[in-house]
Amino acid sequence: MDVSVPRTLDEALAALADRPDAMVLAGGTDVMVGVNAGRQTPTAVVALRAVEELRTWSVDGDRLRLGAGLTYADLLAPDLAAMVPALAQAARTVGSPPIRNAGTVGGNLATASPAGDTLPVLLALDAELDLASVEGRRTVALRSFLTGPKRTQLRTGELIVAARVPATRPHQEYRKVGVRNAMVIAVASVAVVVDADVGVVACAMGSVGPTPLRAPRAEEWVAGRIDWGTGVPDAGVAAEFGRLVAEESRPIDDHRSTAAYRRHAVEVLARRALESTLAGVARAEAA
Amino acid sequence: MTMAPPTGTPGTPGTTARGVAGGLGESARRPDGGPKVRGEFAFAGDLWADGMLWGATLRSPHAAARIRSIDVGPALAIAGVATVVTAADVPGSANYGLEERDQPVFAADVVRYAGEPIAAVAADHPETARRALAAIVVDYELLPPVTDPELALTGEPLHPDGNVFRHLTIRHGDPTARGPVVVEGTYEIGMQDQAFMGPEAGLAVPAEDGGVDLVVSTQWLHNDRDQVAECLGLRPDQVRLTLGGVGGAFGAREDVSLHVHICLLALRTGRPVKVVYSREESFLGHVHRHPARIWMRHTAEPDGTIVSFEARIVLDGGAYRSSSYHVVANASCFAAGPYRVPNAHVEGLGVRTNNPPCGAMRGFGAVQVCFAHEGQMDKLAAACGIDPVELRLHNALDHGDHLLTGQRIDGTLPVARVIRETMALPLPEPAADELLSRPGAAGRTTDAPHVRRGIGFAVGFKNLMYAEGYMDGSEAACVLVDGLATVQCAAAEVGQGFVTLAQQIARTVLGVERVLVAPAETASMGSAGSTSASRQTWMSGGAVEQACLAVRDQLLAHVASTLGCAAADLEIVGGAIRSVPGAALDVDIAVEDAAPGVPFEARRVFHHRVTLPLDADGQGDAHVSMACAAHRAVVDVDPELGLVRVVQLATAQDVGRALNPLSVLGQIEGGCAQGVGLATMEELVLEAGKVRNASFTDYLIPTALDMPEVVTTLVEEPEPGAPFGAKGVGEPPVISSTPAIVAAVRAATGVDLTRVPIRPQDVALADRPR
Amino acid sequence: MTDTTYSLNVNGADRPVAGAWLGESLLHVLRERLALPGAKAGCEQGECGSCSVLVDGVLTCACLVLAASAVGASIITVEGIGPAERGEMTIVQEAFNDAGAVQCGFCTPGLIMAVHDLLDRHPDPSALDVREAISGNLCRCTGYGRVLAAVEVAIERSAR
Repeated sequence: MDVSVPRTLDEALAALADRPDAMVLAGGTDVMVGVNAGRQTPTAVVALRAVEELRTWSVDGDRLRLGAGLTYADLLAPDLAAMVPALAQAARTVGSPPIRNAGTVGGNLATASPAGDTLPVLLALDAELDLASVEGRRTVALRSFLTGPKRTQLRTGELIVAARVPATRPHQEYRKVGVRNAMVIAVASVAVVVDADVGVVACAMGSVGPTPLRAPRAEEWVAGRIDWGTGVPDAGVAAEFGRLVAEESRPIDDHRSTAAYRRHAVEVLARRALESTLAGVARAEAA
Repeated sequence: MTMAPPTGTPGTPGTTARGVAGGLGESARRPDGGPKVRGEFAFAGDLWADGMLWGATLRSPHAAARIRSIDVGPALAIAGVATVVTAADVPGSANYGLEERDQPVFAADVVRYAGEPIAAVAADHPETARRALAAIVVDYELLPPVTDPELALTGEPLHPDGNVFRHLTIRHGDPTARGPVVVEGTYEIGMQDQAFMGPEAGLAVPAEDGGVDLVVSTQWLHNDRDQVAECLGLRPDQVRLTLGGVGGAFGAREDVSLHVHICLLALRTGRPVKVVYSREESFLGHVHRHPARIWMRHTAEPDGTIVSFEARIVLDGGAYRSSSYHVVANASCFAAGPYRVPNAHVEGLGVRTNNPPCGAMRGFGAVQVCFAHEGQMDKLAAACGIDPVELRLHNALDHGDHLLTGQRIDGTLPVARVIRETMALPLPEPAADELLSRPGAAGRTTDAPHVRRGIGFAVGFKNLMYAEGYMDGSEAACVLVDGLATVQCAAAEVGQGFVTLAQQIARTVLGVERVLVAPAETASMGSAGSTSASRQTWMSGGAVEQACLAVRDQLLAHVASTLGCAAADLEIVGGAIRSVPGAALDVDIAVEDAAPGVPFEARRVFHHRVTLPLDADGQGDAHVSMACAAHRAVVDVDPELGLVRVVQLATAQDVGRALNPLSVLGQIEGGCAQGVGLATMEELVLEAGKVRNASFTDYLIPTALDMPEVVTTLVEEPEPGAPFGAKGVGEPPVISSTPAIVAAVRAATGVDLTRVPIRPQDVALADRPR
Repeated sequence: MTDTTYSLNVNGADRPVAGAWLGESLLHVLRERLALPGAKAGCEQGECGSCSVLVDGVLTCACLVLAASAVGASIITVEGIGPAERGEMTIVQEAFNDAGAVQCGFCTPGLIMAVHDLLDRHPDPSALDVREAISGNLCRCTGYGRVLAAVEVAIERSAR
């Protein structure tokens, strides 16, 4: 059958095994753009919209499991947003309301655009991805899953089932620069996740490299310059953190912006994001 | 120059009716509003015919090339492909063009821009057509594209007609006069696109007489028809155009796009053919606003009185002429802005390059120079130590003053008044601490302490209607039977509301409420001219008025003859024919009952007053009328990131007379939005002549979260000679809104911005490599 | 190429689609096969909102839905949002018509769908909520001023 609309994950994997040539369709917000423009010509389709189990989330201890079929609009629900606020912030910047109703976490991961809005957040959260095929299941760290612009480790016949992230890190933030106040692709973006319990800052950037990037040197540098009892950084730390993050970016010039501006923007965004997440830590510690 | 008195001013006894709902001066509803909100209105792309084929166009991916060969064989071999046409299949003129026929229907041997049509196919399905395009083999010999107009000026000709579309020199006053205060600047304007929402579309149906019926979205039916007929080798009457529903225009539909291709495909296949451009193809398939590089130098007295003005304006016209010749004129004639300038020297140049062709867009040359002259006014104010608004008031043009062309302003031009009324509008509240109101909005880039507010001001003007001796006219017809009026005119309704206005005119003149507006088409109507240059209210509104007045006179004569009185004893008042005060008879008959079953018909052509060509010094009474507007912009800026949020635009506009206040407001707000776009985000980005952002993903236009509140005052000073005293209102809003916003960003940031659109890096990295 | 056959539920009726190409979007099928051209093709990238429809009650860009995958879903288009009687309008449609929110009208059907979707979920949205809700509906004629005014009118009339 050329078009398959499975209702369960097993049916979906079987359909995909049956037609390895099939185009996998989740929200359609990336794939259908290609089809409409003639860049992709489907010979078979496996549409995931009716697979309910992909559209669920659950908490297991301190881990949150996000089904790949959750839409951006789903991520805005208050209970989810309370656990992963930066993911909700990122989701709100994606496209427009109808796009957020359709586009999915799994689709954002599979498309693997350097500008994918949820990716810096998931990367800063050290997300692990559950992948499945009829051959079996495996777990891959997002950090290694993304291999290049629109390139991933996903194999033929394999689906992204879920992303797993910590459920207990409320001090996190996503900031994104675009040239319009709505419905815009990121010129540069930054996600900062602070784990005050262990004294760790994680930072990831979007649209400034072939994939979303972490800033490991900046993260390591900053961790030792914050009073984790109060959440207060040493003087000038946020500004220097921004500079170090920018040093780890690898932006290019293109029709959307320039490398110089992108580097500058991640510096500013990282500084501001660190300041405001640490202010949150300070408020929590004071409370 | 003598002026005709105003005709048909609403309320003037004997010429108009009173008390009929939906007449002139009211915010009458659109006749197409109901169908449009219900999704029932038929746009050109919504059409369908039995046995219809789908057409598609192959375009050059290269900006400059020689075509060695084209092999359409592989495309023809695909099942479902009905025909493929190239330059070799064009039976008539190989070239078309709005003013000069310099643009090939299909490139035959030379490609001059990326996106130039090479071939067209007709097939049973859009996907088949797409595959057929991909199968056509074109062997290109690539040439280095000439994309810098300055290099094109001195380089080898890119076309047999040469590389200069126009070089206009204006010399006005004393060439040696100079004032002690001197300000100078160079300004750049990026390539803006009209970006209407409804892509180009049409349906062509072959006719039994060997001709073709074409339903198409356009701004000027008759000009299209003439070009299509020439290229097809048909008589004009064999090409019958009907206006399809138009999804916005803004200048981009003044030139022929798919017209010849689709007719050729229909005639070749003997079947109806439909073409609908994709968004990408739309960006490649119509002209854009000319990018410009403008140098200006003003000198003034220490009190701010302008003494001299010099400018060099270089407009990049791209590969073909379109309306470049007249855009150069507008940019040059209005280069100094609405100010008294006694001595001037302007060099205006329109240049051919291998960039995409540029032509008409709302504001037509005045937009580019306004950005420059308003930047100069702010500089001059600073140099003289005068408030920028006061400086503008001090130099403001008025009735009786002269343009750079020497023409005396004999109509209304209330420049000082629009400035004062704009400044009198209330300023917005201080920024509310809401995420979505800040620069960057949901992107959460900017916290409240990062925001700086700025206020800027600008004023602009331009001419209304065609200029330089063009013999312009519009034809309209009116039929009245039993109180039902039918008005017809070939004026293109592109969204602006001419259809509403036509009804309002008929209601007011004839005293009837039921008015039908018949379709715009070429078979039964003469030309109405183009829906451009803010001219249809004046020209076609004038024609409709004349036709309706003629019908009214027939009706009154008929009634008078049946009553045995003189027609002069009767008038139409409030839907009734009544005797004038003091008449012998006492008459009061409803218009619909006045002549049961008797039709009254009239057809009239309206002309505006004669204009003259410009002489060798760019002097002459070239323009019909002028309109002005002022804008005050309030912006919130995040200077460190260079992100801008326009908070408020206040504007007073010289409208002559508001015939439909709600429509006028819609024009003003819509024009402001295009000004916001040019100031903050809109630019077609070119790389070696190729458009890099031909999509709505990357050519950004303002969303509802980008548009500020617009507060508006209409300045109503009826224009002598204009039907009802009304001025066209579509263009002024887009002229000075852009420089006002840029001035506000300069005020907020201290950065001397000389280019639009403002890119974040222009602000954030003003002092560094960007 | 055109050999896909299925049935869609549109505006409450089952509508057979025969001989379609697999890659056809819901937008194309609505417009070209089911004679429902109310949803407009403005960009076919989900960037303009002119093709907005409701799929299982969710505001959706019809251009981004593969038609053959929408089998079993309930699809409502602008032609099906209002009263069935010809010439009748919903409160939102009437407000657009009255408040001057329509110029060329190409974006209008999409805006009508977006505003219905908003007011069905939030009968009394803030001004910024309204702007965000229609931020995916590009309009080139109005500058949104009269559109926002129309939404206010619709909210007011709905509350009566």
